[in-house]
Amino acid sequence: MEAAIELDNLERLFGERVALAGVTVSVPTGGTLAVLGGNGAGKTTLLRVLAGLLRPHGGTARVLGASLPDERWKLPAQVGYVGHEPLLYRELSGRENLCYHAALHDVQPSRIDELLVATGVADRADEPVRDLSKGLVQRLAVARAVLHDPPLLLLDEPRANLDPAAAELLEPLIGRSSGRTRVLVSHDVQGALAESDVELGLKAGRPAPVDAELYR
Amino acid sequence: MIAAARTILRKDLLIELRTKESVPAMVLFSITVYVLFHFGLDRDSLDGELASGVLWVTLLLAAVIGVSRLFAAEREQGGIDGLLLAPVDRTALFVAKAAALFVFLTAVELVAVPAFALLLLGPGLGGAFPELPVVLLLGNVGVAAVGALVAALAAETRARELIVPLLLLPLLVPVLIACAQATEPLFRQDAGPEDLGRWLGLLSLYDVVFVLLSVAVFDFLLED
Repeated sequence: MEAAIELDNLERLFGERVALAGVTVSVPTGGTLAVLGGNGAGKTTLLRVLAGLLRPHGGTARVLGASLPDERWKLPAQVGYVGHEPLLYRELSGRENLCYHAALHDVQPSRIDELLVATGVADRADEPVRDLSKGLVQRLAVARAVLHDPPLLLLDEPRANLDPAAAELLEPLIGRSSGRTRVLVSHDVQGALAESDVELGLKAGRPAPVDAELYR
Repeated sequence: MIAAARTILRKDLLIELRTKESVPAMVLFSITVYVLFHFGLDRDSLDGELASGVLWVTLLLAAVIGVSRLFAAEREQGGIDGLLLAPVDRTALFVAKAAALFVFLTAVELVAVPAFALLLLGPGLGGAFPELPVVLLLGNVGVAAVGALVAALAAETRARELIVPLLLLPLLVPVLIACAQATEPLFRQDAGPEDLGRWLGLLSLYDVVFVLLSVAVFDFLLED
C-alpha cells in the first residue's frame, strides 16, 4: 500500500534548539501513527510540520504525495487538524465558526448541519463559543477539522475534555473507523497503541523506544 | 481570492460589532486628545495648518490602536493557523485586514471629525466639503494598507505594543504630510482647495505603492 506519510531523518530547529531530529517513519494510507512522548518531546512540532504550518529544516518529508516544504500549498485541502487550540472564534457561535471555515474551504452549508448533529452540538450551535464548556468546544473543533472531509487527520489529544460518551460519538469522525489516515498524539499510551498501526516514541525531539523510559 | 477576503472581512466586522474592542476605543481616544489640545493650547478654536495638524496627528495616533488590535482574534484564538490550514490565498487575508481597518477608520472619522469641529475648529466644517471626505478616503487607504502590513509583522512578536507604533508612525509620515497639507486650506477662514490636486496626487501614489508593496511581501510575513 502506498505510504501517506514518509519521513526520513526529519529535522526541525527553533533557533539553536533541536525540536526534532532523525525522525524516520512511514505511515500507510488509511493507517494510524501514534506519536508518544513526554511534555516537550516534539510531538506537537511534528504535527505542525506535517500540517505545513512549520518548515522542516532537514531530512525529507512527503505527506499525501506533497514534498515539504516546497509543495505544502497542496496540503490545506487534504488535512484536518485538531490541536491544543480549537481554532474557533470565541465571540462567534459554533454555527458561525463552521460557516466561516466552510466558506474558506468551499464546503456546502448542508455539511454544517450534518456535523453539528454528528457531534451532538446542534442544540447549542447558536451560542457563542465562549459560553460553551471545554468538551463542547472540543466537539466543535473536531467538526471544524473534518468539515472538508480530509483524507489525513492530525490529532493532538483529540479526546481531551471529552466524556466517554462524547468520545464514542466522535469515533466515526476521527476514530479508526473514519477510514482516514491519522497521526494521533496522546498521553493515553495504551489507548493510542491499541488503535495504531505504527508507533513513534519521541524524547527530546529524537526517536526513542516506546517503553517506560519514554516518560522519564 | 475575493470570496475568501469577503468571508474574512465579514468575520472581522462581526467580531468587532460584538466585542466593540477597536472602534469605540479609537473614538474615545480621538475625542480625549481633542479635549487635551483644547486645554493644552488654551484656545477655543484653531484654523489653518494648526487645525489640520491636530486633526491628522490625532487620527493617525488613533489608528495605532486599531492596528494593534487588527490581528488580536487571530493571535489569541489561533485564527492564523485556521487560515493557513485553509486553501486560501494569503493575499485574501491582507485584503480583508486592510478593508477591516479602512472600515474602522471611516467609522471613527464619522464621529471624531465632527467632534473635532465642535471642540476645536474655528471656521467649521462647512467650507471643507466636498474635498475633506476625499482626503480622508485617500488617507484611510494608505493607513489601511500600511497598517495591515505592520499588524501582520507584529502579530507574532512579544513586543507588538512597541513595534506597531515604532514601525507604523514613521511609515505614515508621507500620509501625514500630504493629508495635513491638503486639509490646511480647507480649514482656513477663507477656505479654498489650494494645491489640493498636488497633495491628492501624492496620497494616491502613496496608496498605490504601499498596496502593491504590501501584497508583494505579505506572504513572507506569515512564514514561520
